[in-house]
Amino acid sequence: MTDSEKTGLMLRDIKVVDFGWAIVSPLTATYLGFLGATVVTVESSTRLNIIRQGGPFKDNIPHPDRSAFYTNYNSGKYSIALDLKKPAGLDIAKKLIRWADVLVENFAPGVMGRLGLDYESVKGINPSLIYASSTQLGQSGPHAQFRGMGVQGTALAGLNAVTGWPGGEPVGPFGAYTDLVAPKYLISAILAALLYRRRNGRGQYIEQSQVEAGLNFIAPALMDYIVNGSILTCPGNRDPNAAPHGAYRCRGEDRWCVIAVSSDEEWNSFCWAIGNPPWTRDSKFATFSGRKEHEDELDALVEAWTLGHSAEDVMHRLQKGGVAAGLTATAEDLHNDPQLQHREHYRRLNHPIIGRNSCEAPGFRFSNAPVVFERPAPCLGEHSRYICLEILGMRDEEFQALEGAGVFR
Amino acid sequence: MEDPVSIGKSKPHQNALPAHDGLLSGYRALDFTDEKGMLCGKILADLGGDVIKVEPPAGDPARKIGPFYRNLPDPNKSLFWFALNMNKRGITLNLHSQEGCQILGRLLAKTDLIIESFPVGYLEGLGLGYPEIRANNSRIVMASITGFGQTGPYRDYKAPDIVCMALGGEMNLTGDPAHPPLRVGVPQAYCHAGGEAAIACLAALWYREMTGEGQHIDVSAQETIAWLGFYNQALWDINQLKISRLGGERIGGKGIRFRFLFPCADGFVSFLAIGGETRAEAQKKMVAWMDREGLADDFIKNFDWTEQTVLRSTKELSERISESFKRFFVTKTKKELFDFALENGCFLAPINTTEDILKSDHFRGRGFWVEVDHTELGRSITYPGYPYSFSETPGKAAQRAPLIGEHNSEIYGRELGLGPEELAAMRSGGVI
Repeated sequence: MTDSEKTGLMLRDIKVVDFGWAIVSPLTATYLGFLGATVVTVESSTRLNIIRQGGPFKDNIPHPDRSAFYTNYNSGKYSIALDLKKPAGLDIAKKLIRWADVLVENFAPGVMGRLGLDYESVKGINPSLIYASSTQLGQSGPHAQFRGMGVQGTALAGLNAVTGWPGGEPVGPFGAYTDLVAPKYLISAILAALLYRRRNGRGQYIEQSQVEAGLNFIAPALMDYIVNGSILTCPGNRDPNAAPHGAYRCRGEDRWCVIAVSSDEEWNSFCWAIGNPPWTRDSKFATFSGRKEHEDELDALVEAWTLGHSAEDVMHRLQKGGVAAGLTATAEDLHNDPQLQHREHYRRLNHPIIGRNSCEAPGFRFSNAPVVFERPAPCLGEHSRYICLEILGMRDEEFQALEGAGVFR
Repeated sequence: MEDPVSIGKSKPHQNALPAHDGLLSGYRALDFTDEKGMLCGKILADLGGDVIKVEPPAGDPARKIGPFYRNLPDPNKSLFWFALNMNKRGITLNLHSQEGCQILGRLLAKTDLIIESFPVGYLEGLGLGYPEIRANNSRIVMASITGFGQTGPYRDYKAPDIVCMALGGEMNLTGDPAHPPLRVGVPQAYCHAGGEAAIACLAALWYREMTGEGQHIDVSAQETIAWLGFYNQALWDINQLKISRLGGERIGGKGIRFRFLFPCADGFVSFLAIGGETRAEAQKKMVAWMDREGLADDFIKNFDWTEQTVLRSTKELSERISESFKRFFVTKTKKELFDFALENGCFLAPINTTEDILKSDHFRGRGFWVEVDHTELGRSITYPGYPYSFSETPGKAAQRAPLIGEHNSEIYGRELGLGPEELAAMRSGGVI
């Protein structure tokens, strides 16, 4: 059954208001939308979301409604443009907060407070609200005032220091990595708070530090330091439990396939899959400790073989022989990947400005409910009128008067 | 014996574990996963669910994954296993025995959720696939976590961390052009997959509360890794452009590269050498500091930060700016630079090592670290705490990961009502 044939919506009745900026809060809200929630994002041209300013842009023309980076992370939402410096704008924001079950925001500590929209200020108008705040370093602690983006958060969370070649630069994982770690915890926290509220009716405040989320993803390395005093430095592609283990150059320009061999059984499978060349019978490679001890030499011999084959050929040949292998996919490879195609990972949505546009599906599928992809990401303020009239029950004349006063921008 | 490293006393942690009347109290999960799925159950346990790790009688093979306590390889001393199984209880059960399957049937009657990460088809082979389980309990939610998902051409492909990171596109983007594609030095793929699975489990429980219907969840680690490319797929999708690993640089919207990684006196810092309206003030303060130290050249002193955004920059300009900062940063330590950044709102952070993180006043000051009793080791161990806190749910002490079969008597005996003789027979028969 494909997603479009499934009927039940997981979070059918849940309403979310997203005061998001950049990635963490917007993506959290987008995920709740994948699960069937109704999501309204509050934004403004007076403080334009940085992702709308980041490319790639349709036809390379920078414009808030032309960023495919934005559309990939924000599908399914309704957008209202609100100038929160105007009292009428603030008033509409509060009405949306009263309407919502969940509020998500990721401004620097104090920003929502200065607007009078912090939890303490709004819980009176909606006591059952679940209010989730996420910042780089949290709302408390000596460095809470830190201003930075996920690239810096990734550095603070120790992920750069463990990602690089031995003795080289700690280049870190690609992009603002912790921005894609934090939502996983935040969404779980929100859903758990909804289940709790279902039992006793109470809403609550959830606070998150994105860097602390990142720290959870390197927990074993932190504990290795705490207990053993070992500081993990950049290990390249080596792994203590496998050899060979790394990316090996294949035929073609900048084409690579990773190979990972742990057990003796896998080693025998590997030797068989590559045709049992004489060097594989060298006694120094017969045991795991031997392969580990001669890993440089082993890597060179493995690469001498992979160089004669395409990355696809290396991957399929080894996997069919029971050996872990995978090509290092480019964006083109991802779009052509038969497994991702099978799962419909890239969903084609029609965006009013960009046109046909691929947006990514999450990593889960449900047997009895769809992952929801009904609408593309909104243009800035695309649904201001719809939200005011249909969700907040405003009269049209009132909307027009406020529009004339520049509230919806 | 003291740890080689003392981080000092944490204040009582604000990030305390929700108590048993907490967020997920009343929900029980059976967690059959190995390293591919353990984070899912850990998150649910942290949120107050009763998560029972079910291991084969010899213990979960993932207990062999290091690092180990005091570097002693021992299935009850894996720090990796400790970190991902905190707050769970643990039992052993031989799924390959008839008695084992019968006992499982009794457990399942009291279970809301099953989490598993076996190779595709393994549970079906034992008669424990989702259809069979649903036939006995249609309310049950079952989550299956694998590298590629339950169906599709790669479903049987082996998928250790490095393979998911490769086929998910992250490795091609990580590293530098002079070297092969690179993976993150601590395995990440199944952290992402486990986190994603926890979301799906909770959504499915919500749906069950609304409809009474259970659900099978199919999680693909590869898909969760594909998300880590940020704008990578969009660049190809709408502009047919491919990017590759960029070393210490990043790439802006119009393809302009800018450096973010700079060496300093005692390591590296991450710094965005770009301006624009929101950043201009902070950049000017950094340049003024450089000037006070006699290290600001005329170019950087006269630079108009308001106009210099990622969109408007050029390659030459970006390189020229980086040169000026590079000369200054190598004269300062990580701490000096970070202190200044905090004071002045600069977009700069140190490349923290695990040691820097443990020594940071910030995480300790927030009460992030959690002390966990390890009576079997005669001590407590500091753990990374929870990446969220809740205003409504009071704290409770965190429980260390279970030893192999630690809660067999508690769960099979007290909770399922098996007598001591039955338990002894199961033990000697290799069932538990």
